[in-house]
Formats: sequence, C-alpha cells, structure tokens
Amino acid sequence: MIQFTYAKPTSQKAAIDALRKDSNAKIIAGGTNLVDLMKRGVTAPTRLIDINGLPLKNISAYKGGITIGSLALNSDVSEHALVLANTPLLSLALKAGASPQLRNMATVGGNMMQRTRCPYFYDTSLPCNKREPGTGCSALEGYNRMHAIFGHSDKCIAVHPSDMCIALVALDANVIAEGPKGIRKIKFQDFHRLPGEAPEKDNTLQKDELIVAVEIPDSPFKKHVHYLKIRDRTSYAFALVSVAAALQLEGNTIKNARLAMGGVAHKPWRLSAAEKALIGKPANEATFAAAASIGMDGAKGFKYNQFKVQMGRNAIIDALKTAANKA
Amino acid sequence: MADEKKHSCQHESRRDFLKQSTLLSALAITPAAMLKAAESGWDEGIASAIEKMPLKIEVNGKVHALSVEPRVTLLDLLREQLHLTGTKKGCDLGQCGACTVHVDGRRVNSCLTLAIMQNGKKVTTIEGMAKGEQLHPMQEAFIKHDGFQCGYCTPGQIMSAVACIREGHANTEADIREYMSGNICRCGAYSNIIAAITDVKNGGKQI
Repeated sequence: MIQFTYAKPTSQKAAIDALRKDSNAKIIAGGTNLVDLMKRGVTAPTRLIDINGLPLKNISAYKGGITIGSLALNSDVSEHALVLANTPLLSLALKAGASPQLRNMATVGGNMMQRTRCPYFYDTSLPCNKREPGTGCSALEGYNRMHAIFGHSDKCIAVHPSDMCIALVALDANVIAEGPKGIRKIKFQDFHRLPGEAPEKDNTLQKDELIVAVEIPDSPFKKHVHYLKIRDRTSYAFALVSVAAALQLEGNTIKNARLAMGGVAHKPWRLSAAEKALIGKPANEATFAAAASIGMDGAKGFKYNQFKVQMGRNAIIDALKTAANKA
Repeated sequence: MADEKKHSCQHESRRDFLKQSTLLSALAITPAAMLKAAESGWDEGIASAIEKMPLKIEVNGKVHALSVEPRVTLLDLLREQLHLTGTKKGCDLGQCGACTVHVDGRRVNSCLTLAIMQNGKKVTTIEGMAKGEQLHPMQEAFIKHDGFQCGYCTPGQIMSAVACIREGHANTEADIREYMSGNICRCGAYSNIIAAITDVKNGGKQI
C-alpha cells in the first residue's frame, strides 16, 4: 500500500473541508472495501479522512419514517428493533450481504459507496474504463459471467455489488448528504447512476459531499417481504441475481408492490413497470410470472451471463411467492 | 561472560534474525528511495506521509503505547510489531476470515482495518483466550471434535465461533453455518467445527 496521511476530524464541517482542500483525499469509515482497493493499487488516495469520530451512528424514528446514520454498522442496522419492525426487507438484505465479521465493520454509507467487484476493475494490468477512463472495457469480450444485463453501455458492463442498496431502492429511501452549501436530499433511485459514457462515476455524490444519513419513509411493507439472493455458494458470495420483493395484500389481492434487483445493473435496479403490473391482481403464480416477464423485458446478456435472464425471471417469481406466503 | 553470550545466542529466534536482516536491507535501500522522492519534489509530502502516528491500543488486557505508519493494518500491527502471530494472514483481502479478532468485543477482519483507526480500542486475539495454562472452552472443543487439520484457519475460526455464540447466532446448525460463513477452511473441517461450537453452546458455560 502506498503512503498516505491520516486525519480524524471531529465535526462534519471539518471532514467536508478536508475533502474540499485535497482532491486526492478519501473518506474512510469501515474500510472493508477501500483498504482492499488500496492494497491492490486500484485506488491510491494521498490522504484518508477517518470519519469514525463523527456522531452519525444513530438509528431513530421521525414522523413519517426512520433515519439511519451513515456510520451505523450493517450488523447493528440488520438487528435494530426499529428496522425489524418497520423495514424488515432491509434487515433481510443486510443479512444476505458479506460475512458477520464484515458486517461488524461495514457502514451504511460505505455500503452505498463500495465499488464494483468486476475482476477487470481490480486487475490493474488490464484496461478498465471505470478504473482508468478511456482505456476500454475488458469485460465486454472477457469472462463476463457476473456482469450486467440491464442498463450497461459499451464503456462498462459492471454491476453494483450491494444487497442493502437493493432493499433501500425498493423502499423509496432518501440519501441525506452534507456539503459546503448545506444538506441535500437525494432520492435513492437517483443516487447511483448508469455507466453511460462515464463509468468512473458510480453515483451522483459530489466530491465535497459526505453522506450523513439514509431516511426510509413509512410503508405498508412490514410482513410480505423477501430478499432472495442467488449466488455460487450458500453464503458469503456476491449475487449472481438478487430480488427484493415487497407486497401489501388485502385478502388475496395485491394492493401495493415493490420490486428491485441486484447483480444485474450498474445501479440497484428498480422494476417499476413490473410493480404496476402486480397492483390490483390476485397474488398467484400467473400474476407473478406476468410481472416477471415485464420486469425482465429489455434484458440483454453477454457471452457468459445469458443465464441471468432466465434466472432473473425465475428469481422474481420465487421471491414474490415467498413474500406472499409469509405468515 | 562467555556462557552468558552463548545462552543469549541460543535464544535468538528465527524471527529476530529476520528482523535484523530486514533492517539491514531497509538501510541499504532507503537512501535511494528518499533521493528519488526528493528529485520528484515529493520530499515534503513523503516526509509528512511516513510520519508515524501515536497509537494507544489494548491487546489482550495489556495497554500498548505505540507509533505506527497510517498504512499499517491491525493484522500487521499484531503480527509484526506485537509479535502476536496467532492471528493468521490468509488472503489479506477480507475473504477468508483467518485474521478474525475481537475489537471492543465484536469480531472483525483485522486485515481490512488500519491499526490507527483502532486508537483507544480493546483488541482480543487468540492469544488472549486461554487463562494461563487453561484453554478456553472453545479451544478445548476444537481439540475434542478434531475441528482442524492444518490449523491455519483455526485461530480465526475460534475467534469467530466464540463471537457466534455470544451474539446468539448458534442456536441451530443452519444458524451456525450461516454465521460462520466468513471463515473459510480449506481442509474442510466444517462439520467438526460445527460439532465443537454446538458442544460449547450446549455446555452452557459462560464464554
């Protein structure tokens, strides 16, 4: 790992100032992804700003929802009474991610800011537009089994690796960011971006902004929820495909629905059209299959990940069935 | 006098020898590196970057006042500076769990956190589990159930296993498998590891 300087500010303002002053400074919270990237030479900040001294760990209720501080640990969030009672889908998604040790280190903000696990992004001897803009995408013609089937561009076909973010996008969360000009609220759906012509940008957070919290508005999705993660081993692996499904049922009729997928795009992938197709219909396999077909419409795989199209369809149906059957 | 010298030589470990030879190599290469830094106009940056920072950390009940470079991971601090080599470096990328230790009572991958970030924290490593000659119940259970073959992942497995029970995640075999998934065993001793954890859990001892 290359040398860097280290600072531990005690206020948000000081952290933001430090970011603004040094264009090659980076925030460190849990470090579970950044330290890894630094060891491999994928990123080389000259200054680390450790924000663990900031009071951003609280999980609390507000009128209309819950707020989770950006430094709250993934393990703490997943087992917090407010989260379990109000947004059980988030708890399920968090528990599907990483390992218990990593969840004890990883923070909510860090989870959102983690980089793709595309092997070409990590291999500094090969071209990668995300790592070095303009060098090309090695995954396009490479071993692209783990890659995107939605929203990709000819510059990048990497996927966002988070599970937590899939639940947050489904739950219409908001990201609270603080910058030199004050606080800004970003819709979770607009936080991460598609690669387009600039895959080096994972999200819309500005260089001098700090994520301070995530707000999750109250929703009726407290019971019929499921997070289905399909991976190469039972636990502790990134998703090939994952589905966050939430239903509000009245009798057997679907009153409201949320669907999002992970492992399929450069950002957490919300399936709005499929959600609309579920509303007002009976909660049965035919409804779920029809929604899944709509959800997978436009999916386009590459040489080694074509299987994700069928797998995605099946996963949506399965996740919806499990969610509907939850007692 | 001669006897005393002989005595100390006998006790010079391979580790001390390696440390001395590394120091000699470092002396040999440092000037050139510094020269290059100066030529590149990095001198000020490098000088401030390599400045060591004070670190106060409690490890296995002993408080250490140390001085570390910011880039030193907790794992490297434990192994290289404190010579607590029970904590293993497996992948060094947070994928295997061999480096698992407890920080303020919670299990973490020591390879993915910087030592400087643990200022003021309490760390427990595998060396801190036994009470004198009395092994920790989890260590005894791993021996009883043959919970290892090569033993390289074992310190991490044991640290994780103890945390798994303390967290309340060892109630069923499925639970144990899920909550021990961050510790990879390439010998495949998983079923015996689960037996050891179940035994300790059912034993009901305070761990």
